Amino acid sequence: MRRQGLWIAALLTPAALTMAVFVVWPMLGAFRYAFFSFNGLLPADFVGLSNFVDVLARAPFKAAVFAALWHNIIVFVCLMLFQNGLAYLIAYALLKQWPLHRVHQVIVFLPVVLSAVIVGFLWKLFLHPLFGLVNAALALVGIHGPPWLGNESTALGSLIFVNGWHFLGMAALIFLAGMQRIPQEVMEAARIDGASDGVLLRRIVWPLVAPAVTIIFILTFIGSFNWFELPYVMAGLTGSPGGATDVLGLVFYRTAFGSVSSGLQDFGHGSALAVLMFLFIAVFSAVALRFLRRREIAL
Amino acid sequence: MNAASPARRLLLATLAAAGLIASAPARAGDITFWTWRQEDRAAYTELFKDFTAANPGINVKIEAFEAANYNTIVSTALAGGKGGDVLQARAYGGLELVAKSGYYLPLDTTNVPELANIPPAALAAETLRADGRVYAVPFASQTLGLLVNKEVFAKAGVTPPTTWAEVATAGAALKAKGVTLIANGTATPWMDEIFAAIFTNPMLGPDFVADLQTGKASFSDPRYVAALTKLLDIRAQLPDGFTGVDYATGQQLFLSGRAAIFAGGSFEIANFRKQNPKLDLDFIAPPAPTAGAPQYVTRFFDGGYAVNAKSPNQADALKLVRYMATPAYGNKFASLLGNISPIKGVVITDPLLAKVSALGDTSMPYITLAMFRFESPTGSELMSNAVQKMMGGTETPQQVGDEVTTGLAKWYKPFQKN
Repeated sequence: MRRQGLWIAALLTPAALTMAVFVVWPMLGAFRYAFFSFNGLLPADFVGLSNFVDVLARAPFKAAVFAALWHNIIVFVCLMLFQNGLAYLIAYALLKQWPLHRVHQVIVFLPVVLSAVIVGFLWKLFLHPLFGLVNAALALVGIHGPPWLGNESTALGSLIFVNGWHFLGMAALIFLAGMQRIPQEVMEAARIDGASDGVLLRRIVWPLVAPAVTIIFILTFIGSFNWFELPYVMAGLTGSPGGATDVLGLVFYRTAFGSVSSGLQDFGHGSALAVLMFLFIAVFSAVALRFLRRREIAL
Repeated sequence: MNAASPARRLLLATLAAAGLIASAPARAGDITFWTWRQEDRAAYTELFKDFTAANPGINVKIEAFEAANYNTIVSTALAGGKGGDVLQARAYGGLELVAKSGYYLPLDTTNVPELANIPPAALAAETLRADGRVYAVPFASQTLGLLVNKEVFAKAGVTPPTTWAEVATAGAALKAKGVTLIANGTATPWMDEIFAAIFTNPMLGPDFVADLQTGKASFSDPRYVAALTKLLDIRAQLPDGFTGVDYATGQQLFLSGRAAIFAGGSFEIANFRKQNPKLDLDFIAPPAPTAGAPQYVTRFFDGGYAVNAKSPNQADALKLVRYMATPAYGNKFASLLGNISPIKGVVITDPLLAKVSALGDTSMPYITLAMFRFESPTGSELMSNAVQKMMGGTETPQQVGDEVTTGLAKWYKPFQKN
């Protein structure tokens, strides 16, 4: 028994050490920086919670942080409703095993394998006002499309759409896996009782895929509040145009590392913001997870 | 706090991994030069060949990093006690951030006698305001103005505009031929700052700059608001869907002849010539508010060459920086890279560059860069964001002026009394 314990410890040590050295230690470093003011690039004085107060309650950070947080919330709600809602319907359609359903399954999942950077560049081209595929297609039916990524009113929506296009397949696959675990007898019994597709989806399938909903909710939540790659590639560090696509990830990056020609590096405030984002996501995810797990049992 | 504590070093090492992995241990007699100009590697190789010929035994190894991440890589490497022996440094506020941390060696005429070759305005861009010392040898002055595709104008029988009235007539005449007057869009924020500087500076004049320095004027000043209001007129001359047209698209519209003018910097010249060697390129000053009024271009210094304060090869690094401040270097630098070296005695042989240099005699500073990039929020981040909104129609010129002034008042003392 003791021998086995030693073996396990020996096998775990390299991974645990790597994690400790390259993940935990830098994180603790960032945590410590959050309590220091910076003179240029060197930590200067211990300032207690001042950086946190600055980030949350003082200009110029406050306005940017809360505008960005609001955008993160919009992103989360829209992705839950549209991306995951559609994924739920697609998963149900795939479950029915209509002709060519395997081909469709692959098609739906295909964008997921692309990196966010590729997807971002691809759609930036598609949405281009002069050479883009989208406006060219709209022109065929006589519609003069707007500069999707250049209008403050359409930019964030366009980014959410692209994110949906990218990750729809992932959510659909998780739902499908959940649906496939529902015993055939349950579905058949409901059908014999005269349940339509709508009723099945709402009353039978929905409660029984509760574990899948939990996973998707948590993943979408973390993804929405850590959103960075897509807005960075498609809208740049400042959340162009005019901050319409600014999200917490971009604010953090700009604050901590500066941007090429405009912002200055400020590790103190950047670290404070990173710590707050980490706490917010961790606490909310933990609470939501607890609630959703209970819901799974209740349903 | 101990700067060399293990946690700190580890964090910095992780961040700077890209930089550090790239810099393999150098041999004795080797020094490293760090640059953000990957595209200039060949030119620097050529330039350093001359240096090694004059200083046998000192080889210069070039490490080029992506411009967008250069500041982060350099600052984290320097904080970890690493980094190139000689480093390309930013100017103004970008220099201060690194210099005030003590990572660059202060330069003066005792360790770099060749600093005497460089005019005070250029040295000022590489000076830390707090101690008045120079930290880098300036390498280029840049001029912002209008790059003109002469062939497009000639074909349409139109002359490039010199006043705002001519902007409208030239724009209409070109539009009739299916050509856009100005290639720029507003989707890239840092270009919006440049764009606004180019067109508003001739309307503002040097008095406005002096008033900004004393606090007599802010960006809410009627002169600035009027200049921004005029800038809105230019929207009629920009490409269709200009709010979605980014920097790269603007360049391509200009290079392909679909637009006649690109508002940008002299730093575009070499790149444009490389991309389209047949391009009949000219560089002109932006339009004057009225005929006969001075057509101010916008001029600034781009950056410099600094010596790493912790370099183990400091003597050799200083030798290299001294060489980089000589007219011989300046001449070769100008001819290889198409940039205007600020070193006295440099002869510019390229006619277009000579013209740009002459235009610089009637110049205004790049206000947001030269005066407002020292602390957060910088004038640049405020201005680029606000101008982008204004061009997109969601903010008025007065709102832009007020927003920028309020933002800067947080640290710019002359605005605090307003």
